[in-house]
Amino acid sequence: MNWFWYASPQTFFPLAGTIARACAVLAALLTVVGLYIGFFVAPTDAQQGEAYRIIFIHVPAAWMSMFIYVVMAFWAALGLAFNTRLSSMMASALAPTGALFTFIALWTGSLWGKPTWGTYWVWDARLTSELILLFLYLGFLALQAAIEDPRRADRAGALLAIVGVVNVPIIYYSVQWWNTLHQGASVSLKSSPKMAATMLAGMLVMAFAFWFYAIAVSMLRVRCIIREREA
Amino acid sequence: MSEFFAMGGYAWYVWGSYGVTFACLALEVVFLLKRTGETKA
Repeated sequence: MNWFWYASPQTFFPLAGTIARACAVLAALLTVVGLYIGFFVAPTDAQQGEAYRIIFIHVPAAWMSMFIYVVMAFWAALGLAFNTRLSSMMASALAPTGALFTFIALWTGSLWGKPTWGTYWVWDARLTSELILLFLYLGFLALQAAIEDPRRADRAGALLAIVGVVNVPIIYYSVQWWNTLHQGASVSLKSSPKMAATMLAGMLVMAFAFWFYAIAVSMLRVRCIIREREA
Repeated sequence: MSEFFAMGGYAWYVWGSYGVTFACLALEVVFLLKRTGETKA
């Protein structure tokens, strides 16, 4: 199979539609299963009561916000290095969804912070670096929107995206590097999970649901971009 | 049933999170389908 075949926007277009449909179905199914586990199977938390149920969207959204940024910067860098049109289009297609998940992570975190920490917002390392991530996404979108020529917009956006990658490990390790109100990682490869198995299951199912959702909408969006640019 | 929606007194925080999250995702899909329709024409 020749993978470079799909590097051309025209040949990728129908494949993107197929991927979008399959991922949309998977996202919907996983959301139903994830919410069922989250609300009806997972037990009430001993310390936080029902307020902890925000975890099932907060943590997956926060993971997605960082993951999408890295993928976006990867495609942007590839487009910058090899001048491949589709790579830059993928970066542009991912940015709005990444910004949305960053907003969701901040919003749900804020509503979780009030009952557990007593405040909606605090200028803490984790929260501040996640807010900077939102500004990076918005900056990328604004920069691309401000430049008329799409190829120049791609190059300018790519530089911003690549420089901004440095913020992702800062977000991830902020809870270890600084004194922070935010708790440490709940799930890590090095240690066993610090929560009940059903809670973890609900969180992971929702993470996959968001994952497939993000693929579906970015494929739909890249199809719009291909049509708009190549028409 | 009403006990479920009360969320042990945390209704505003829990439903405020879930409501805004799914409203955002639904809006993104609506705008995207609108854009798809416009680019097709």
